Amino acid sequence: MPKVTIDGQTIEVPNGTTILEAARMIGGKSVPPAMCYYSKLKETGGYCRTCIVNVSKGSEKDPRPMPKPVPSCRTTVMDGMEVQNLTSPALLEARAGVVEFLLLNHPLDCPICDQAGECHLQDLGYENGKSKTRYEFARREFEPIDIGEKIKLHMKRCIHCFRCVKLADQLTPNRYQGMLNRGDHSEISTYIQHAVDNEFSGNMIDVCPVGALTDKTFRFKSRVWFVKPEDAHRKCPTCAGKARIWLKGEEVLRVTGRKDKYGEVIDWICNECRFDKKKTSDWVIEGPTHIDHHSVISMNHYETLVDLKHETDNHRKQLTNKKVNLGQGALDPNNS
Amino acid sequence: MLTNRSQTVAKKEMTLVERLYLPAILHGMKITVSHFFKKKVTINYPEERREFAKVYRGQHVLKRDDKGAERCTACGLCAVACPAEAITMVASERKKGEENLYREEKYASVYEINMLRCIFCGLCEDACPKEAIFLTDRIVPSTFDRGSNIYGKDILVETMEKRIDISPRQTKEVLDFKTHKEYAHNKL
Repeated sequence: MPKVTIDGQTIEVPNGTTILEAARMIGGKSVPPAMCYYSKLKETGGYCRTCIVNVSKGSEKDPRPMPKPVPSCRTTVMDGMEVQNLTSPALLEARAGVVEFLLLNHPLDCPICDQAGECHLQDLGYENGKSKTRYEFARREFEPIDIGEKIKLHMKRCIHCFRCVKLADQLTPNRYQGMLNRGDHSEISTYIQHAVDNEFSGNMIDVCPVGALTDKTFRFKSRVWFVKPEDAHRKCPTCAGKARIWLKGEEVLRVTGRKDKYGEVIDWICNECRFDKKKTSDWVIEGPTHIDHHSVISMNHYETLVDLKHETDNHRKQLTNKKVNLGQGALDPNNS
Repeated sequence: MLTNRSQTVAKKEMTLVERLYLPAILHGMKITVSHFFKKKVTINYPEERREFAKVYRGQHVLKRDDKGAERCTACGLCAVACPAEAITMVASERKKGEENLYREEKYASVYEINMLRCIFCGLCEDACPKEAIFLTDRIVPSTFDRGSNIYGKDILVETMEKRIDISPRQTKEVLDFKTHKEYAHNKL
C-alpha cells in the first residue's frame, strides 16, 4: 500500500492508483480539474493536460523530483511520492497555459450554448484561466451537424477529450464514431454521419464536458438555471432507470443521468428514458437534486440557504482555527 | 417591545397657553405662510422637464446592431441577474434567411419585462454580454391597468428609424474598450 502526499495531505492508497484518484480520495480543493479523464470509462485521460501536477519527490527509493509536470490521471502513485498541486505557483501558471490552449479554438458563444451553466470548461476557465486571449487568428468554424435524430454536434466547441469516442467504443459492440484528421483540423465524426442508433448513445451528451454534443429535444428550450433538477426513477427494461429530470413547472424539459460531484454520470441511462419520457407522470420523483451553491443552477433554489449557513459557520470556525494555528506553515487538510 | 424604544404616553392636563389654541395655530400658520415665499418644489410636467442625470435609469431598450439585427440572443443572464425577477423570455432558433433580423443563431422570440416588478437597478444592463439591453432616460408612463405594464418586444426593441442613443450613459472605460476592435466582443 503506497503512501502519497498531495499538498501536504498524506493518504494510503491501493497499488496502481493514479494521483488523480488518490487526490479524489482525499477530496477538497487539492483535486486537480480534469476535462478528459472519466472514472466511469476505461482508458480515458491523458489528452487535455488540465490535471497536471508537480511531483516534487518521485518515491521513497528514488526521491528525485520529476523534471516536468505530469498528468495526474495517467501517473500511478509510488510509495513516498510527494505531489504539489495548489502549493506550486509554477504549476498553476502552467495549468493556466493549458486552459489558454484549450480555449484557443473554443468559440465565445456561451450565451447561445445550451451547456452554459453546467459547462466544465466554463468552470475551468473561471478558476484557472486568464480573462483575455492572446490568440489573434480566426477560430475554426464548423456547421453544426445532427448525429442521429436526437443529438446535435457543434464541432467548433469540441475540445477533443475523446470521452464520447471511448463511450461509443465501450458501450456499443460496433464502432461508429472516431476522430478524423489531426491537430487543429481534428474533428469527431461518425463516418459520413452514420446514424448512431445504439440505445445508449444519448450518454455521449452527458460525458461531453462542453457544449459540443447537446440534446436536440432540449435545444434552446431554456437555460439550465431556469429549470429545476429533481432525482427521479422509472421502471425501465433497458437501463437502471435512475435519472435526473429537469422541470419547468409541470413540464420535463430534459432528462440526464445523475452526476456525482466531479460531473461524472453515476448510472448510464437509455435513449428511451432520455428522449421520450417527457412527462412528469412517467417518473417517480424522489426529491430535488442538491446543487452546489457555487453553481449558477442553484440560483433561486432555496434549499441552498441552509447549506450556505452551514458553510459560512464552517468557514468562520476555520478562520478562528487558522488564527490559532498561524505560523505552523503546513496546509491545513480541513481547509477545503 | 421589539425595538425597546416604545414610550408610555402620559395624558397630562394642558396648560393655559395650550388650552388657548391660538399660539399653536399662529405657529402653524407661520410655517405655512413662509412656504409662499420659498422656491416651488414642483414643476409643470410634461410642459417642463427636469434635467436628468446622465446615468438615469428609466425605461429599457433592446438595441439592434448597425445592420438592424436584434442583438439579444436570449442567454437569460439579465433574467438571472434581476433581483426583482421581472424579466422572462422564450428562446427560438434562427431559421435560414433571418440572418438580417437576428444576430446570433438563437434569439428571443418573447422577451417581457414586468414594469411593476422592475426596480430599475440596472443589473440587467450590467449582466448583458451582447450589449442588447440598456436602461434609458425615458420615464415609464403610468397606466390605469396592470396588464399593460408588461412590456413585450413591441415596446422594448428599438426601431431603426428612431434609434435610441445610449452612448452618453457609457463610462469612459467602456468607450475606450469599444475602440479595441481586436476583441471579438467589439467586432461586427
